Amino acid sequence: MAGLPIFDVAGSALAAQSVRLNTVASNLANANNVSGDPTTVYRPLEPVFSTLPVDPANPTLAGVQVNGVEQGNAPPIKRYEPGNPLADSQGYVYAPDIDPVAQMANMISASRAYQADVEVLNTAKDLALATLGLGR
Amino acid sequence: MADLSTQLFGVHAAALGLREARLNLIASNLANADTPNYQARDLDFSRALEAATAQTGITEGLGKSTDPVTEATVYRVPLQPSLDGNTVDADYEHASFARAALEYRASLSFVEGRVRSLMTAITGE
Repeated sequence: MAGLPIFDVAGSALAAQSVRLNTVASNLANANNVSGDPTTVYRPLEPVFSTLPVDPANPTLAGVQVNGVEQGNAPPIKRYEPGNPLADSQGYVYAPDIDPVAQMANMISASRAYQADVEVLNTAKDLALATLGLGR
Repeated sequence: MADLSTQLFGVHAAALGLREARLNLIASNLANADTPNYQARDLDFSRALEAATAQTGITEGLGKSTDPVTEATVYRVPLQPSLDGNTVDADYEHASFARAALEYRASLSFVEGRVRSLMTAITGE
């Protein structure tokens, strides 16, 4: 196993999936934040993945990189809550448009992908160790 | 050097390298399971092995060297195409990875057996 690009591939995937898990955590944590001003409402975050060539000698091998974390442009949900201290002069508060079910599904998908990459890493490590022990 | 390792280990030296290349490709597929527009790839193993063993023969040193891995890398036919253009089927890739890891171990044990018999021959014990 020369160069061992498999570790770069799986490692980059772990980093990318962990960014995705972090954005889900941030979205869920801020799902109930309300504000009296629609422009200052929390906007859900969404990471954008793209491929990352890890080995110049072999361009077909691709890791993952996070191109950026985009803010969603879904309009905030307007609720009439005149008793809320944050309400604006008309008695409305604005909440971010975050679907907890979609976020949970996203979280499960990210955590499964993370587990798969850990498994790849472990298998690759075992195989590399077995190869190092050749002839012993 | 390649000639010597072919003499010592037969087809298994080339096979081990190709098995590793296949593991790398499948790891790349699994890593990009959520990347938009990523297209899953795999190694056509028999074609790669044919190319690798042909290279170590008479064509070697004639300047005609194509990498057997890039030559035999093929795109997977998607089982369930998705809207974001990604063609990775995670379950299928899991199974392929497990199989490829097992095949790597098999090739490794062939090379190891060869190393052992050579050691026995050298030390005479």
